[in-house]
Amino acid sequence: MTTQNNKVRLATVWFGGCAGCHMSFLDLDERLIDVVGLVDIVYSPVADIKKFPENVDVTLIEGAVCNSDHIKEAKEIREKSKVVISFGDCAVTGNVPSMRNPLNVDTIISEVYSEGPGPAPPDQGILDIMPVILPQVVPIHQVIPVDIYLPGCPPDPERIWAAINLLLKGEPVVLPVEMRNFG
Amino acid sequence: MAQTIHIEPVTRIEGHAKIAVHLDDAGQVIDAKFHVVEFRGFEKFCVGRTFPEMPGITMRICGICPVSHMLASAKACDVIQGPRVPVTAQKLRRLINHAQYTQSHALSFFHLSAPDLILGMESDPATRNVIGLILANPELGRKAIRLRQFGQDIIRMVTGKSVHPAWATPGGVRTCLLPSQIDEIKARLPEAFDTTEIALNWLKDNYSKFDREVETYGDFPSLFIGLVTPDGGLEHYDGLLRVMDADGRILEKGLANDRWTEIIAEAVEPWSYLKFPYYKPLGYGNGNGNVPGLYRVGPIARLNICDYAGTPRAERELRNFRRLGKDGKPVTSSFHAHYARLIEIMFSLERIQELVNDVNICDTHIRSQGGVNELRGVGVMEAPRGTLFHEYHVDETGILTGVNLLVATGNNNLAMNKTITQIAKAYMSGAKITEGLCNRVEHGIRLYDPCLSCSTHAVGQMPMQIQVFDAEGKLVDSKVRD
Repeated sequence: MTTQNNKVRLATVWFGGCAGCHMSFLDLDERLIDVVGLVDIVYSPVADIKKFPENVDVTLIEGAVCNSDHIKEAKEIREKSKVVISFGDCAVTGNVPSMRNPLNVDTIISEVYSEGPGPAPPDQGILDIMPVILPQVVPIHQVIPVDIYLPGCPPDPERIWAAINLLLKGEPVVLPVEMRNFG
Repeated sequence: MAQTIHIEPVTRIEGHAKIAVHLDDAGQVIDAKFHVVEFRGFEKFCVGRTFPEMPGITMRICGICPVSHMLASAKACDVIQGPRVPVTAQKLRRLINHAQYTQSHALSFFHLSAPDLILGMESDPATRNVIGLILANPELGRKAIRLRQFGQDIIRMVTGKSVHPAWATPGGVRTCLLPSQIDEIKARLPEAFDTTEIALNWLKDNYSKFDREVETYGDFPSLFIGLVTPDGGLEHYDGLLRVMDADGRILEKGLANDRWTEIIAEAVEPWSYLKFPYYKPLGYGNGNGNVPGLYRVGPIARLNICDYAGTPRAERELRNFRRLGKDGKPVTSSFHAHYARLIEIMFSLERIQELVNDVNICDTHIRSQGGVNELRGVGVMEAPRGTLFHEYHVDETGILTGVNLLVATGNNNLAMNKTITQIAKAYMSGAKITEGLCNRVEHGIRLYDPCLSCSTHAVGQMPMQIQVFDAEGKLVDSKVRD
């Protein structure tokens, strides 16, 4: 699972979450310099490639599925990635974004504007540019098959490092028990 | 034919967004709009929960500045509970807040913006990122990583976790600082100072390369809002609200936090889901796009409104920064936000140095107990990107009946749209549209270091903007809804 220069092609993606898992990834700190020696980051919020590329070896998805764009992107990512990792509790369980699930989305929206300064804007979904907010937030594996689960809010850097090392060695990603908890 | 250029996703910002640039028949830029495309709904789903849960829940609004949300929330809860927060707990909260400024501003400057500044705004997009920076300049890349790490490590030392620690509570904090941790922080401070100095020198030495950017990356008059200490100093954790106009006149000298809704109101546009906060006394204008109450928050606003910095090295830089304003007036170009962030890193490091030398910093009385003594609590902080408001209403048993959040990035909404329009007009009108030009427009957003995770997760300011186009991609009148 490598490119011509023998590097693993890694993508990181960000759905409905808080960016905390990506911050934890950056908390690899100087180990990031080692990572860029072994891995090509081919798509990420911290880089400028606008289109999800072909032939990605590993994709980390942070966040839950909250809107129609996320569903579309998840399917594209699945098609183009050999290994998909649910990265953090929101991706694994829905976590905090799913706390809105007991509430009715349309009611929330109309409440916000009736309490606020003016009328509600046009319906969402009127344009391609605006995704539709889903009535229920769901974890990634309810939309596409997921290969590996990396729990934590966020997963701490040691856990991310352990998973990356197993992947680079081509071994199954089975984390020790103390690295499998939520929160 | 009229044309719309879409830039999506906007990258190297902290959140999800798209930009649409609208050109007329002659290829001149009419307008640019910043679209943010998600929301979560914290203000609604928190209603019915107990108030002490709020620091833990609301910090999940944002993984980049969780400390800001945790502390703004804890401050609102302190008010509801009543008893004074122990002095050492206040100092520890300040310590991790300065640490957060260090990591967040280092992230904005080095990881997200320096690729543009050092590698070039129109350089190859394949390498125009922090990895490219590490490969091009490994020594600087390593220093940048270690400066951000210093901030994150202090947060981890004090609270147990660098992101989403269960630490601040109503009335105080959960863990205290150990003498061994103080030794470690002291040992690592000199390197952090050096790296900040290197970045400051680099930026000052290279300012002349960015003359056109200074003129076109969001240079316009506006109001500035932020916190200051009671005697007017630079403040990040707990102060009074000050409002200054573009000529440097002080419109509000020091307003109590709980009166914030007297000065800030929100407008709605028919073409946008995003509310537009503005300074209430000057109003929103007549809808022709020129908003008298337009204000900016964040590093430039804070350095404009304060009377002094209060630490020696930041003070020297602040005097230099003020020379960037025209005729002694406030600094108005948003491009200077990079410089302002580096000054605030210096300020934070100096404050960290003071705090770790404080004789009471290791005290173990760090939490006051109390019940429900007030039914309304307001907590206002300066988050790295600007002023952050948390307001809670509870019943007698402490169950939340109302939650109102106004986050830093929401405050800057009007200014961000104005900035990208100015850049697009300067660089794209009549020009062949290239990837590099699009990146310039994106850099206009990066200047505000927008924390879209924050702004998209509060229903009250659901930041989505809608522009309507017809089948040919032409801009249709925004009143289409009627």
